[in-house]
Amino acid sequence: MSTAPQASIDPQGLGRCLAALRPTLLRLAQLQLRNHAWAEDAVSETVLAVLQGAQRFNRTSQLKTWIVGILKHKVLDQLRQHMREPTAPAAADDDENELEHLLFKQDGHFRELPDEWTDPCAELQREQFFSVLEACLEYLPNKQGRVFLMREWLQLDSSAICRELGIAPTNLWVMLHRARLRLRECLQIRWFTPHAR
Amino acid sequence: MKIPNTCRDVTHLLLAREDRALPVYQRLAIRVHILTCRACQRFERQTLMLRGALRVWREHQDHDDPKPPR
Ligand SMILES: [Zn+2]
Repeated sequence: MSTAPQASIDPQGLGRCLAALRPTLLRLAQLQLRNHAWAEDAVSETVLAVLQGAQRFNRTSQLKTWIVGILKHKVLDQLRQHMREPTAPAAADDDENELEHLLFKQDGHFRELPDEWTDPCAELQREQFFSVLEACLEYLPNKQGRVFLMREWLQLDSSAICRELGIAPTNLWVMLHRARLRLRECLQIRWFTPHAR
Repeated sequence: MKIPNTCRDVTHLLLAREDRALPVYQRLAIRVHILTCRACQRFERQTLMLRGALRVWREHQDHDDPKPPR
């Protein structure tokens, strides 16, 4: 195979880029994996793959896009490795119905009219919103947080998540539902309630 | 099968819709309820806004895009 002399990335530039991206990679891996050692491993695997594959990097795409794409694969490998062990059946319904009791009356109707939200991303404080959003994601219980980010960050569909984690769809749907309800509540309190900021 | 008709049922479906395709009778139940329920109209707008916000967050994390889209 003739490898046409491509304009490969200069190693120093790549090194600088990796160093600069490292905090972002670690933050994303930690958010998804919720385990520091696994996150470190995923990032190390990513750096290794980036260094080994630097010649294959297609200059037309952004370097960050390419690196984060690799990170997503490495993070998924970690989830496969660590999450497949048969774990105790979904932690007995703690106080999960509490959120619903806060929102709804006995007859199933809303206690209060939900707020009219304004688009948080259209605002100038988008970066601040992201940090509140991430704090609310961290605040989710581990299992809920993991499946939620598999959906929303790794962008896997429900059947893929079930396959990767070896769980039943109904089990997954319950976790995702709770995660969404909690996230909504957390953002309502920490971002959308006017005195929150 | 129980027909969803309370706000609790409908919000359940509105959240489920983010993760899976709903059967037609459930989609219809949402629309019929929301026609007259202001609370669920608001809740639906919140879920759509959250969907958009998560997408913008994801794109910001995954790509070099320090500026808001468009
Ligand atoms: Zn309603």
